[in-house]
Amino acid sequence: MKRIVYINDESCQDLYCDNRVSNRKYTLLNFLPKNLWEQFRRFMNQYFLLIACLQLWSLITPVNPASTWGPLIIIFAVSATKEAWDDYNRYLSDKQANEKEVWVVKNGVRKHIQAQDICVGNVVWLRENDEVPCDLVLIGTSEPQGTCYVETAALDGETDLKTRVIPPTCVGLDSEQLHRIKGVIECPNPDKDIRRFVANMRLFPPFIDNDICPLTINNTLLQSCYLRNTEWACGVAVYTGNETKLGMSRGIPEPKLTAMDAMIDKLTGAIFLFQIVVVVVLGFAGNVWKDTEARKQWYVKYPEEGPWYELLVIPLRFELLCSIMIPISIKVSLDLMKSLYAKFIDWDEDMFDAETKTPAHAANTAISEDLGQVEYILTDKTGTLTENRMIFKRCCINGIFFGNESGDALEDVELLNAVANNIPHVIRFLTVMTLCNTVIPIKSKSGAISYKAQSQDEDALVKAAAQLHMVLIGKNGNIIVEVFAEINFNGSILQYEVLDILEFTSDRKRMSMVVKDCQTGKIFLLSKGADEAIFPCSNSGQQIRTFMDAVEQYAQLGLRTLCLGWRELKEDEYIEWSHMFKEASSTLVDREWRLAEVCQRLEHDLEILGVTAIEDRLQDGVPETIEILRKAGINFWMLTGDKQSTAIQIALLCNFISSEPKGQLLFINGKTEDEVARSLERVLLTMRITTSEPKELAFVVDGWALEIILKQYKEAFTELAILSRTAICCRVTPSQKAQLVELLKSCDYRTLAIGDGGNDVRMIQQADIGVGISGREGLQAARAADYSIGKFRFLKRLILVHGRYSYNRTAFLSQYSFYKSLLICFIQIIFSFLSGISGTSLFNSVSLMAYNVFYTSIPVLTVVLDKDLSERTVMQHPQILIYCQAGRLLNPSTFAGWFGRSVYHAIVVFLITIHAYADEKSEMEELSMVALSGCIWLQAFVVTLEMNSFTILQILAIWGNFVAFYVINFIVSSIPSAGMYTIMFRLCTQPSYWITMVLIVALGMGPVLALRYFRYTYRPSAINILQQAERSRGPIYSLGMLESQLKSVEKDVASLSINQPKSRSSVYEPLLSDSPTATRRSIGPSAFDFFQSMPSRISSSYMRNCKDN
Amino acid sequence: MNSKAGSTFGSDGATDSSAARRNSKKPKYSKFTQQELPACKPLLTPGIVISTFALIGIIFIPIGLASLSASEHVVELVDRYDADCVPQHLRDDKLAFIQNSQTNKTCTRRLIVPKQMSSPIQVYYQLDNFYQNHRRYVKSRSDKQLKSKSSERETKTCEPEGTTGDGLAIVPCGLIAWSLFNDTYSFSANSKSLQVNKKDIAWQSDKKHKFGSDVYPKNFQSGGLIGGASLNASIPLSEQEDLIVWMRTAALPTFRKLYGRIEVDLEANEEITVVIQNNYNTYSFGGKKKLVLSTTSWIGGKNNFLGVAYLTVGGLCLFLAMGFILLYVFKPSNLISWLYCGLSLRL
Repeated sequence: MKRIVYINDESCQDLYCDNRVSNRKYTLLNFLPKNLWEQFRRFMNQYFLLIACLQLWSLITPVNPASTWGPLIIIFAVSATKEAWDDYNRYLSDKQANEKEVWVVKNGVRKHIQAQDICVGNVVWLRENDEVPCDLVLIGTSEPQGTCYVETAALDGETDLKTRVIPPTCVGLDSEQLHRIKGVIECPNPDKDIRRFVANMRLFPPFIDNDICPLTINNTLLQSCYLRNTEWACGVAVYTGNETKLGMSRGIPEPKLTAMDAMIDKLTGAIFLFQIVVVVVLGFAGNVWKDTEARKQWYVKYPEEGPWYELLVIPLRFELLCSIMIPISIKVSLDLMKSLYAKFIDWDEDMFDAETKTPAHAANTAISEDLGQVEYILTDKTGTLTENRMIFKRCCINGIFFGNESGDALEDVELLNAVANNIPHVIRFLTVMTLCNTVIPIKSKSGAISYKAQSQDEDALVKAAAQLHMVLIGKNGNIIVEVFAEINFNGSILQYEVLDILEFTSDRKRMSMVVKDCQTGKIFLLSKGADEAIFPCSNSGQQIRTFMDAVEQYAQLGLRTLCLGWRELKEDEYIEWSHMFKEASSTLVDREWRLAEVCQRLEHDLEILGVTAIEDRLQDGVPETIEILRKAGINFWMLTGDKQSTAIQIALLCNFISSEPKGQLLFINGKTEDEVARSLERVLLTMRITTSEPKELAFVVDGWALEIILKQYKEAFTELAILSRTAICCRVTPSQKAQLVELLKSCDYRTLAIGDGGNDVRMIQQADIGVGISGREGLQAARAADYSIGKFRFLKRLILVHGRYSYNRTAFLSQYSFYKSLLICFIQIIFSFLSGISGTSLFNSVSLMAYNVFYTSIPVLTVVLDKDLSERTVMQHPQILIYCQAGRLLNPSTFAGWFGRSVYHAIVVFLITIHAYADEKSEMEELSMVALSGCIWLQAFVVTLEMNSFTILQILAIWGNFVAFYVINFIVSSIPSAGMYTIMFRLCTQPSYWITMVLIVALGMGPVLALRYFRYTYRPSAINILQQAERSRGPIYSLGMLESQLKSVEKDVASLSINQPKSRSSVYEPLLSDSPTATRRSIGPSAFDFFQSMPSRISSSYMRNCKDN
Repeated sequence: MNSKAGSTFGSDGATDSSAARRNSKKPKYSKFTQQELPACKPLLTPGIVISTFALIGIIFIPIGLASLSASEHVVELVDRYDADCVPQHLRDDKLAFIQNSQTNKTCTRRLIVPKQMSSPIQVYYQLDNFYQNHRRYVKSRSDKQLKSKSSERETKTCEPEGTTGDGLAIVPCGLIAWSLFNDTYSFSANSKSLQVNKKDIAWQSDKKHKFGSDVYPKNFQSGGLIGGASLNASIPLSEQEDLIVWMRTAALPTFRKLYGRIEVDLEANEEITVVIQNNYNTYSFGGKKKLVLSTTSWIGGKNNFLGVAYLTVGGLCLFLAMGFILLYVFKPSNLISWLYCGLSLRL
């Protein structure tokens, strides 16, 4: 299967699709069928459709089918509209991409056309910073060597620039020739492998010859990459439109399901089972009643012999009557709420990063509740905890430390003096700092010089050197082999010719440069790199002891170190090596390895000049954020590619771990499997022994050991992961990060991964919640993430405020939805016992539909504004998050409470109604309206009682809805053709109606209120205590009790999670089942502990308190 | 130093463009978007809860007393006649008696008025164990047919009483109409006949809007099996008030329907003679038939339920309020004790 592309041939372009990019799921024509098909793949929708279809059978339907079809159609319309809107937005962004203007050669002339009109075989011209519109085979660049740079971040998340080369056969073509080039490219059919491209190219005469030239991925420019540092490039389009490598690999990510959704699904399943039981029992009873009693009721006129399906009729009727047990509105309500939660995150001004002008953004609108249930946070270090803004802080030159006193070498007088006095070592050190990098200086028109660097470290070094009066002012020509670097040093301009660059690779961990001093003609090798990569190359005669100390010392301070070295090369040595280097660079097989080997030959006997130390400052508020979140019971793991000592230092700085004696670090290391295994076992033992002690333990593991552990000792490591609240994993790869997330997820922990760079993307996508920091390493992480925030410190607000509120609100909304549906359903069931178990519906269709869709849905939606505690209180007492984490507000037992309440309320409503409206008043329409009104009255009070705070909107919604109920029913009652004509007017003129309503409310709500008050006063939950504290403005005094309450909760969680991580069901105990002993204990000594252990906080809050008063 | 321009080279284009795009997205401050709308947060403080309960109690007890006294003022006279109106010798097979059109179904009952009854006195018939709310039954009607003449053929919902054997539409169709109650009562007191006013016993709205004035009974009770009463084919449905009352189906298996009104006062201990045509078959399913004479009050007929329920609930609420007060005094809540402790510490 091959694709043959004729370059610049207008005649055969119809074979392949054009470059129209389409991310749309639907077209105008297939929208309806495809969308319906998608929607009906969900179980709930299938269920509702089945019910709706059954209702079309008039023999069994208790109500007008419209009562199910109406809401069903509304729901489908809502989701379809949402899909259509999303698809329309995709269409717009596609359109933007498709209509982007690009330069394409048509008939030998360069023309400006829209990107969508590019055909396979066209020659496309790109300028610097252009986005590549389709997959191209490179045939020409502005660089004489035929190289160009691309940024592939959008494709693979890697932010470094990659070099692409033109195939040898095209080398040396000038732009005029490129316009007229003809040839053929033979390439495979489109696939999604972005690392492979095996093809051949042959140019037609008169171009060179007709030799077949092999092409690789290095000769391509793939769609969505950006051309960088290259003036122009041109290429032949080989894959276009949706057939590009990016287009083929585009997939729809799996939708994430929150723990709450899973719980709601489980409860739905349970209700479904319950419903089936009810249906079977009532169906059986109904059939028995029919055969014994109903045959005697002559007026019912049961035929002697029914049709074959007669036995099914009554059960099916009950199925339809009970179908409202699963509320059709819950899906819509939840979706609506979730999108509002997401909007609140987007809107939140407190999470707006003024510095970068980025607001927080919730890309995934469906998982806000999970934020409140996070148990593990896995965080990247660089750029996430730190600012990723490198600043040169200290250095050690020739054994002399600079910057130790002031903390900033650039202000160190000694260094400045040394520079001023031209101390040779220092000058050499600065020269290496300035030259040995790939930084490109750019002179703006005003004369100011800015630097473009791929690496933040290099940027920092060059800038620091510039401050020390050695300014890199220009690199002449983009020619790699002959770069003239100009340095302005104390006013005199030094020129160097860059002969070779020995590039940095992550294996070599160092880079070198061969330069020639233009004044003296001497050739130097300049090297810089990690200590472990540079020291082995040092001159054997040199004492490197002090440098090693320096590295150690800097790492202790959390600084990033680089070692600089140099060596003067003999002319002939260089020339000899240069040949080998050129040869190696042009090899086709194993080029990287060969190059590394050649480089090795030159990089020896270095004279170590010194060590630089670069500070990557912690972001604002990181330690506080981590402290608060740890108090909230969230465990932190740091996963970083950095080295161990730096990682530990940063961890200490940001409260990640405590220093001795409060905390203890356990190291897992080793080079061989045995060593790692022994080390792991030792750590595990220590961990097991000390779990009871109040010591903060953390383990540290490096990438190498992790590799072995994840392969061989996964179980032991899992246990360790459960035992340890904190872990530091250094030198880990992106895939290991993702594996660790996977490991924690497999233990049933809710994980949140936060990172900022391309290397965190996999971890972010893997985790339950991915948070991206839209930082300096680009936006890849932010794009892949569910939430993107500007700074790490916003995480605490995201979790404690948004996550917690979302959880609480959804917990209420979902359970309430079931409650109100069950309520009406139980009334129907009880009524069926008084209607000969024949499946008569007490309520008419309009009421049933309106009950579910309007009366009970709208007021409860305002729970989206409900706040049980103020944001400030939550921030002050993050421990309260445990209620969300442990799922205490939505679990089978709380649900059982709501279930019981619906049974009780149904009994109250029904019994009162039938007794108050007995005998001559027992007219069907009236009685059903009385029962319905009773439900509505109860709803208003239930919602009022369950909400914690009332804004004007909530009050309006609850009581407005209440009024709307009467208004709607008055309207319906004035339509002569309606079944309930005049009913509502009749009822409202009867005093007994109003008396009945008040009785229903009093009897329905009285016990609920009493129970709630009793619990609130005598078995308060921590939330209640805080509410009370908020009210009385005395936060400090209730704290002691709160602490101990939480402690007991936490203990449960802890003990359970240690013993059986997977079955933590008993955590789901009701909110208020704390044993009396626990409550009593809380008044006693633990409170005392609290006062002792945290005096500072008491006094501070006391102070604040005083101010408040 | 030019720090910003050059340092984020990696994704300059992307960052800049999106930063510019996002810049405009800076959240606009409003109390709603920041979730900072002013809110009141009522707490279940002892004061609120106890006073709520006390208030309920205080309000409920008078209402309950009022309802109860209203109900007590209603004079009600109930007479069950289904069993007694079967001649002694036929009591073994009541069903045969009622189904035989030849037997004499006239039955005379004497009732003593317990208390003075002032007019209007409502005359009801009460059926027990009669499932007017049975699904087969309650659905078996055609509102369209009842309303307009042109919809005469709309009998689909009326099965199994939609059409006669010949396929002619029955008007009014359906089981409800077919089983129309057909016992009749005539009253006399002191050998002077008491007029029962049978006008306006149905809802005006039904007569005007639900039953057509141009719809006349047709093919009614003409089938093999006679259900209940037959209708005068020359009177339009809107005037057939017994039918209209009957067609307002009851939600409960025990129900009363208005038969008529006696518009003279009855004195206490007055003896009323009722001549009953005992036609309606409740014997096959063991249903009871009762004749009810009752006065009315603002609360309706005689029904002690609301009054008793109000008194009970009111009493319970007062009891709860007292209980909570006692609890509050003798066993202050942990919560409050804690706040109290704190207060003393502070002082």
